[in-house]
Amino acid sequence: MPQIFHRSTNTLAKLSIFGGLFIMGFAAWAVAEINRSSWNTGAFVEREQPVQFSHKHHSGDDGIDCRYCHTSVESAASAGMPPTKTCMNCHSQIWADSPYLEIVRQSWKENKPIEWTRVHDLPDYAYFNHSIHVAKGVGCNTCHGPVDEMPLMYQASSLQMEWCLECHREPERFLRPKKEVFNMKWRPENKTEEQLAEGRRLKQEHAVRDKSVMQSCSTCHR
Amino acid sequence: MHIKETFPELYRIRRPRKPAELRAELAGKGGREYWRSLEELADAPEFEELLHNEFPRQAAGWDDAVNRRTFMKLMGASLALAGLTSCSVQPPETIVPYVRQPEELVPGKPLFFATAMPTSTGAIGLLVRSNEGRPTHVEGNPDHPTSGTPERAAEHRVAATNIYAQASILSLYDPDRSEAVLNRGEIRAYTTFLAETRSALDGLRARAGAGLRFLTETVTSPTAAAQMRDILRAFPAAKWHVWEPAGGNNALVGAQLAFGEPVQTRYRFERAERILSLDSDFLSCQNAADIRHAREFIARRRVVEHEGQKTMNRLYAVETTPTNTGMKADHRWAVKPSELPAFASALAAAVGASGVTAPAGGVPHADTVAAVAKDLQASRGKSIVIAGDYAPPAVHALAHAINAALGNVGQTVFYTEPVDLNPVDQVQSLRELVADIDGGQVEMLVFVGGNPVYNAPADLALTKDRLDKVKTRIHLSPYNDETSELCHWHIPETHYLEAWSDARAHDGTVSVVQPLIQPLYKGRSAHEFLAAFSDQPERSGYDLVRAYWQTQSINFAGTAGQDAAGPARDFDQAWRKIVHDGIIPNTAAKEKTVSVRGDFASALQQQQSQISNSQQSQISNSGFEIVFRPDPSVYDGRFANNGWLQELPKPLTKLAWDNAAHVSPNTAKRLFGGTGENDYTFRGTELEVPTVNLKLQGRYELKGVPVIVQPGQPDGVVTLHLGYGRTLAGHVGGTKTQNLAVGFDAYRLRPSTAMWHGAGLEVAPTGETYPLSVTQLHFNMEGRDIVRSNTLDEYLKGGGDTHAERESEEHGGAPVQSGEGAREVAGKETHKEPGKHDSLYPEFENVNNYKWGMSIDTTSCVGCNACIVACQSENNIPVVGKEQVARSREMHWLRIDAYFKGVAENPEGVHFMPVPCMHCEQAPCEPVCPVNATVHDADGTNNMVYNRCVGTRYCSNNCPYKVRRFNFLLYQDFNTPSLKLMRNPDVSVRSRGVMEKCSYCIQRIQWAKIESEKEGRRVRDGEIITACQSACPTEAIIFGDLNDRGSRVAKLQAEKRNYSLLAELNTRPRTTYLASMRNPNPELPSSPSGAGPHGESHG
Repeated sequence: MPQIFHRSTNTLAKLSIFGGLFIMGFAAWAVAEINRSSWNTGAFVEREQPVQFSHKHHSGDDGIDCRYCHTSVESAASAGMPPTKTCMNCHSQIWADSPYLEIVRQSWKENKPIEWTRVHDLPDYAYFNHSIHVAKGVGCNTCHGPVDEMPLMYQASSLQMEWCLECHREPERFLRPKKEVFNMKWRPENKTEEQLAEGRRLKQEHAVRDKSVMQSCSTCHR
Repeated sequence: MHIKETFPELYRIRRPRKPAELRAELAGKGGREYWRSLEELADAPEFEELLHNEFPRQAAGWDDAVNRRTFMKLMGASLALAGLTSCSVQPPETIVPYVRQPEELVPGKPLFFATAMPTSTGAIGLLVRSNEGRPTHVEGNPDHPTSGTPERAAEHRVAATNIYAQASILSLYDPDRSEAVLNRGEIRAYTTFLAETRSALDGLRARAGAGLRFLTETVTSPTAAAQMRDILRAFPAAKWHVWEPAGGNNALVGAQLAFGEPVQTRYRFERAERILSLDSDFLSCQNAADIRHAREFIARRRVVEHEGQKTMNRLYAVETTPTNTGMKADHRWAVKPSELPAFASALAAAVGASGVTAPAGGVPHADTVAAVAKDLQASRGKSIVIAGDYAPPAVHALAHAINAALGNVGQTVFYTEPVDLNPVDQVQSLRELVADIDGGQVEMLVFVGGNPVYNAPADLALTKDRLDKVKTRIHLSPYNDETSELCHWHIPETHYLEAWSDARAHDGTVSVVQPLIQPLYKGRSAHEFLAAFSDQPERSGYDLVRAYWQTQSINFAGTAGQDAAGPARDFDQAWRKIVHDGIIPNTAAKEKTVSVRGDFASALQQQQSQISNSQQSQISNSGFEIVFRPDPSVYDGRFANNGWLQELPKPLTKLAWDNAAHVSPNTAKRLFGGTGENDYTFRGTELEVPTVNLKLQGRYELKGVPVIVQPGQPDGVVTLHLGYGRTLAGHVGGTKTQNLAVGFDAYRLRPSTAMWHGAGLEVAPTGETYPLSVTQLHFNMEGRDIVRSNTLDEYLKGGGDTHAERESEEHGGAPVQSGEGAREVAGKETHKEPGKHDSLYPEFENVNNYKWGMSIDTTSCVGCNACIVACQSENNIPVVGKEQVARSREMHWLRIDAYFKGVAENPEGVHFMPVPCMHCEQAPCEPVCPVNATVHDADGTNNMVYNRCVGTRYCSNNCPYKVRRFNFLLYQDFNTPSLKLMRNPDVSVRSRGVMEKCSYCIQRIQWAKIESEKEGRRVRDGEIITACQSACPTEAIIFGDLNDRGSRVAKLQAEKRNYSLLAELNTRPRTTYLASMRNPNPELPSSPSGAGPHGESHG
């Protein structure tokens, strides 16, 4: 009986064994990359909002402090979304007739809340607390990026667990003095050796707990 | 369809035991000291087999009606889909801020509001947690006299609740609640109801309201009582009837008998050294006042050396059916109901109560009376004789006489006006109403709450025929229930967390009931409903309650606050303070000085001879006596649709989802012994029990009642629990519309002449069986030294230790001898406890972090179950249903094991042992998890990471304490909208296929840690209170940081009584136990003799 395959196919078979490993490796790499991509994480995607609110204008140009609107960032888990009242504090006086703000005025008149699109959406089993991060010297822009330069808000990081752990493993890379927490121009990350030394000092000063506590599952998951 | 028909294969797994075999086995067994069921005591082979199966129904793993081919198809499809579903992208969410944010409300930060849960025996003061406007969990109010101890608030703030308060959260969000005003089944507007009522009332007004009748439950709300009185003033010929199926009616009638006026008895257990309970169950905490009683009783009983307390009170219990109180007692005697008055009389005579002569004969346990009397007399002025709410009035009267003779009145026992604002004899009240209905004198009948069609006595049943004689019937009720069905109008009633009201506590102190949420279904409160019969039918509940208190003078004398001396000047300010604090100060009922009537003894004798004459004939006829009790879980039936309570294992039988006829082992043998095919099955996990037909006084019949054997039950006495067999309770408690029956309705057997006890019961085995779901033998621990107990004398002597000692440096390097004060060891073998370094695993050291630990005092635990429901509420634990409980799949993170001690016929008592996750330092569950889903955190608690869990259940297999719970099916209800509001937002809601277990309330730990970190300090002792700890009426559970030497838990774990559960396994549990202590009277035999002359002789 003649052979079904030509001799030359042996080479192909050998190659495919070798190549299989690469293919599998490539597939694993591809899955990991897709998983981390902003297509999956939603990072760097600007979100449409009912009102064209610009953080760049309010925070960057006008220099309004983050805490003017996000009032509970120092005291509660949630930073707090400003009620319509906060908008109307100013906008009953300035830009009081702007068509952009029609929805805000309508909300105020009809006592109906504005429904904002959530930009930073952690999974429900992760219990993030703003207040403790602020208290330990993690700046706003470390996680939220250059908000003062964002006309429309986007998520500046992956919000995946490996991203959280970057800081929970080495907080010195990201800590800053407490008074600079709301300074949007402060460096988001300590990179040089001096900066890292400063970070280590701050870690001591702010009594940041050691790795074992910071990496415990129960720190974030309940 | 009955569950048995749906899953027939479930109920045919085990051959029923031949009673002869078991009897023979039981006969030779005296060795085992502690046991949880009769099969265990008999070392039955089934039990041995059970021990080796983790889940007793393992053999029945493949009992679904799905064949192999279908299974393969489904598996293939689900495998293919599994990969896809795991890649789900989170749906986009919106954020909806306020338009105007209310002051103090910060999203994510819960607020606590003071309110109170009204019950017929008094309000329970509560602090209710509100998450963004949703009440999610209740805790006790430390300033309230029932749930807290305000007098001692300065040194020690405590507050507790009971199962009903805890479970009321679920009742609020119950999707079966009535949602609309109904007129003959048609939805109508409330204004239509008001208009029709108005015209009907106009007609009645001409006759001064003759024909207008109100039937309420026990009213403890001053505003409601005032409203009723106003209505009666406007309609002088109208009548107000009261009916409460399980109230303290006998106590009021008894007080009337003794003092000539209905006074309420108050007890100061913290001052009592000797207590005699005459059929009282004050440790079950079913009644509001008992939350306080249990705490004060246990406070005098807890031997804590670091607090210098080395004495214990002593409790004697004489009871007609086993209760938590009797089983916690140092001496307990079971008597038949007909014998109880004789015992009380004999004791009264022995302590020299004036005018009482000892009965000539027929005194049960007569040999003990002298010793008990002597012991009580030795503690004159420092003892309490307490008669149970359901004991006959004569026993109450005798208890009053005994307390007077012992000089307890004014010391440990006080009398006040009743909390009930219309203290009438309720049986008489209902009897009059029924007579008037039959006489055609009732034209309009208004049921203000309650469910009398379901729960009226059998001889006064409000049947359809009877009610048809009433022209207009109106029912206010939270459910469209049995009574609503027979009424023209049904008005949905609000839950207490939805409407304003007020209510008196057991001592009379008034609480303002503050709502936390708008009515979910546009219900009306009783106040708003009663307003319909007044001139201002649409007044709001808030106005009514506030207006009532505006007319009362409120006195703030003696309360905290700068502007609080003397009567309040400004009502608005006073009102704000009242609502904030939850109580109205200085409203406690005034003490009354009453003395036992001179002709009391003769009145008593007359009454008793009447009763005994009528009973004697019945007893001789049949020989069985009956005892009715409200169900330990669903009470009188009002909580029947509450899944948390239905699934709660009853304290002594561990029965869930059913009631049963309780009989003693001897009675069971007599009833079912040797009748061939229908052999009696002794208690096991899959309980297939025989049923009986019951007939009382030859007239009232109940068929097919399942029988459960209750050790400690007096022979010849059958106990039935009320509250089951509802026909229109809802999807949980039973509804005839869906053919769902839960338990049997004992009210059908209960005539007004035998409200709580009766003779003349005939019991006839049917030859059929019925499946019960019992958790008693689930999660077994193989007879090792699990529960340890000791007597006070032995403990103080400190010698004779038989237990392996080990030295430990855990507590500051000082050697601590474990188990020294806990010498009695259950089971066959004692194991040596390993030393500190006998481990292959690295030591768990964390001196800089926290070291969370828990101490559970088995002396203090009274088995009231409040912790289980509190845990369920706090941690979003689902309800699984009767069939799943039978498969040992209940999800409670915390269970209470009940270990009986002594002989089956007459156990000495029960040691209750709450078992949550032990948080072992070297946890056996951790190394076996293939995905690291259960790991330690830095503080040493054993965490469960739900998202990693793939459901191998290895951890559960390897857990020696059997505290892990697996979501075999999708138990959590993700669909019902109202239940979503109920959940604690700080705890993940678990889905199918995930293991879960006690987390030490990790959400509360993390909350406290974050708050303390922000303030730059460590967490203070007492700052973290776990849900179980906060609910516990007796402070049996204490949680804290073991690295803090000054913490309460560290001190308790250094006590001599401290021991670790299964310490020989070297798991190093963080949760440890304090041994159970008893204080028996040395003059009495330590182990009561068997049933003796009260056994078979009556049969």
